[in-house]
Amino acid sequence: MTLKELRPGQYARIEKVDARQPGVLRLMVLGLIEGVEVQHANSAIGGDPMEVSVYGTAISVRKEQAGCFRISPLDAND
Amino acid sequence: MTEVSTVYVPVEKIGIRRRASASIAVIGNPNSGKSTLFNRLTGLRQTTGNYPGVTVEKHSGIVQLGSSALELVDLPGIYCLGGFSTDERIAVDVVLGRIEETPPPDGMLVVLDATHLYQGLYLVQQLMEMQVPMVVALTMSDVATANGIDISIEVLQRHLGGLTICPVVATTGRGLEDLKKALEGLARAAPPAIPESWPELSRTADQLTREAGGALQRIDVIQALIHPESRRAAILEEQLGGPALQAIREGLFGDEPPQAAEARHRYRWVREVLGEAQSQAPLLDRFGARVLRWFNRPWPATLMFFAVMALVFQAVFSWATPLMDAIDGGATSLATWVGAHAPANAISSFFTDGVIAGVGSVIVFLPQILILFLFIIVLEDSGYLARAAFLMDRVMRGVGLSGQSVIPMLSSFACAVPAIMATRVIPDRRDRIATILAAPFMTCSARLPVYALLIAAFVPDRSIGWLNLQGLVLLGLYLLGIVGGLATAWLMKRSALRGPKPQFALALPEFRWPNPQTVLIKLMDRARVFLRRAGTVIFSVAIIVWVLAYFPRSGELEADLATASARAEASWSGAQLDAELQRIQNQAAADHLAQSFLGRAGHLVEPLFRPLGWDWRVSAAVIAGFPAREVVVAVMGTIYAVGAEAEEASLAGKLRSATWPDGRPIFTLPMVLGLLLFYAWCLQCAATIAVIRRETNSWRWPVFAWCYMTTIGYTGALLIFQLGSRYA
Repeated sequence: MTLKELRPGQYARIEKVDARQPGVLRLMVLGLIEGVEVQHANSAIGGDPMEVSVYGTAISVRKEQAGCFRISPLDAND
Repeated sequence: MTEVSTVYVPVEKIGIRRRASASIAVIGNPNSGKSTLFNRLTGLRQTTGNYPGVTVEKHSGIVQLGSSALELVDLPGIYCLGGFSTDERIAVDVVLGRIEETPPPDGMLVVLDATHLYQGLYLVQQLMEMQVPMVVALTMSDVATANGIDISIEVLQRHLGGLTICPVVATTGRGLEDLKKALEGLARAAPPAIPESWPELSRTADQLTREAGGALQRIDVIQALIHPESRRAAILEEQLGGPALQAIREGLFGDEPPQAAEARHRYRWVREVLGEAQSQAPLLDRFGARVLRWFNRPWPATLMFFAVMALVFQAVFSWATPLMDAIDGGATSLATWVGAHAPANAISSFFTDGVIAGVGSVIVFLPQILILFLFIIVLEDSGYLARAAFLMDRVMRGVGLSGQSVIPMLSSFACAVPAIMATRVIPDRRDRIATILAAPFMTCSARLPVYALLIAAFVPDRSIGWLNLQGLVLLGLYLLGIVGGLATAWLMKRSALRGPKPQFALALPEFRWPNPQTVLIKLMDRARVFLRRAGTVIFSVAIIVWVLAYFPRSGELEADLATASARAEASWSGAQLDAELQRIQNQAAADHLAQSFLGRAGHLVEPLFRPLGWDWRVSAAVIAGFPAREVVVAVMGTIYAVGAEAEEASLAGKLRSATWPDGRPIFTLPMVLGLLLFYAWCLQCAATIAVIRRETNSWRWPVFAWCYMTTIGYTGALLIFQLGSRYA
């Protein structure tokens, strides 16, 4: 499963980032790296781009790049 | 004997302005409260200059300390030393001392946002590697506490190698005295210890620095390793040889981009530090937070965006109107007054039609520009600009751009100059240039007088359903600009500016009330920049147009005017005489214009514009409009103030009754529609050309934009006139 498929409101942990795809580096510099917990907080109309929150910061991620982040979903009460 | 009394006044109470003894760079993440802190520390003692060779302004100010003064240099907000956008590259270059004539800073004031320590600590780590004295200002600590975030400064300090950390609340001034104390000895302080986040990199950097033997500093070596395309990398490669350097890179980063490995190592360290230094208390879901969240949902947020934009447009176009009318009226009556009290010669004409009209045409735009800037600054400081870019990203992707082009495009409905300046946030150079080329198409406020004149004169004032035809034509002209701009961006992104898809990754700040003092300081600063950049150009253009329209002076015409006036005075009196004199003067002014440089140029190019249905008078007005489109109405006013047309009171009426020598009307509907399209698409603004030249640092793009826009404007007008005349 990738970040792209995470539903609004759901939490997940990032398992693997494909750093070689265009546009992914910038997101890694903003802190989307392996091991961190993220939430799909919100999105623009149509679901793209999505607003992903990590350590209290909201980051705008396009669907295309979201597909480069492999995740495992977490329960909200974890 | 007089008594001598001595009063001791503490040094800081005397208004002595000490010379700055050291230069400190203020650096931090975007939206970290950096500018507010900078303004709080320096107050109004700020200057805006330029870095040599680059387009970004240098904001610096002086902070007075107990016994000395420091120069603070406010840098654009950045997330890392990677340098993705122009603003970011400048900040990195300043910090690393890579800009000519600008020595590297003696120390750094690092601004760390307590609510976003995660990204902040990433940057701090990179800065610590530079081995320059630093002090950390921890801002937003009040907001963090309110959000249930508890930060242990002692633990944080331990991990940051004993750096001084000063919690401050920039809006109230709390903690500023401690920060100033820390700044006082900063330039002489020891640099911080190097963080232990990536021991392999540290060891390699130390070793290579020794081997380079002074050719490169430690931070240069690190930058050379992580950025293989940089100039430092070339130096390092010379020292070590390509294969050896390649082997070192592979050992450190594997087969992935170096910045990815860097992000993994540094963020692992950040998470360890935060795990110890920060704790988050569970929060009650407050009503305010729930409301904000609801407004952030896709549809409400998008509707809000359009409402906000409608408010901005309303403000720019209707709040500014009374002021603009007052300025316009003031300039006109001043010119009339000077004209009435001075002899009618070249010097008085230079002052009334040249200088006063020129200054007037600069300041008449100020109310709109200031209101536009005010809104942009408020939206920026409240964090809304990033949100707007997020909401509109999908739409802009359709023409090959990203959400970050939205605000520059919308700003250019008021004026293309600030819009082009606002494109600096766009990371990719190709996207930025495509946005710059699209911006001048939007209907700016200088086009409106021309539109208003021609629509009022030639579009019937009648209703189609509940819509007004004149309003519809105006709307159509706005759409024409939007379509032209977007199509240009789309075409450019598919040809000359083809490249990788634009990236869009940005942090979305929470809503925050902007600080009035900061907003005001930024507003004054941007107004100054506008006046310097655009104001000087618009003013010079007014003078040049005056020269072209006034010279050469024909002695014959002056003599004719004198005889005609004398004859009129002999045969008429009272109101009739005044009317007759007015008629004679108008005729003389029009005759002068006809044989001036401008009039001759109009005659010269008439064959070129004949196929568009323009006579020499329209051609002359259009030529006068090329440096600044707003002068067109004034030129038409002079040129058409004669003959049968002079009977009509309004300029609109004069245009309606203007004819070719054989009696056919000049302003037919196809001709007017073509003329309007020409105005919608042509780049008739020297200030815009100058700002494109500045922002792209070459003549290539302004020359291209001018030729391209003129060509399509001409072709469009030609097609409309020819087809319209044939089939209408």
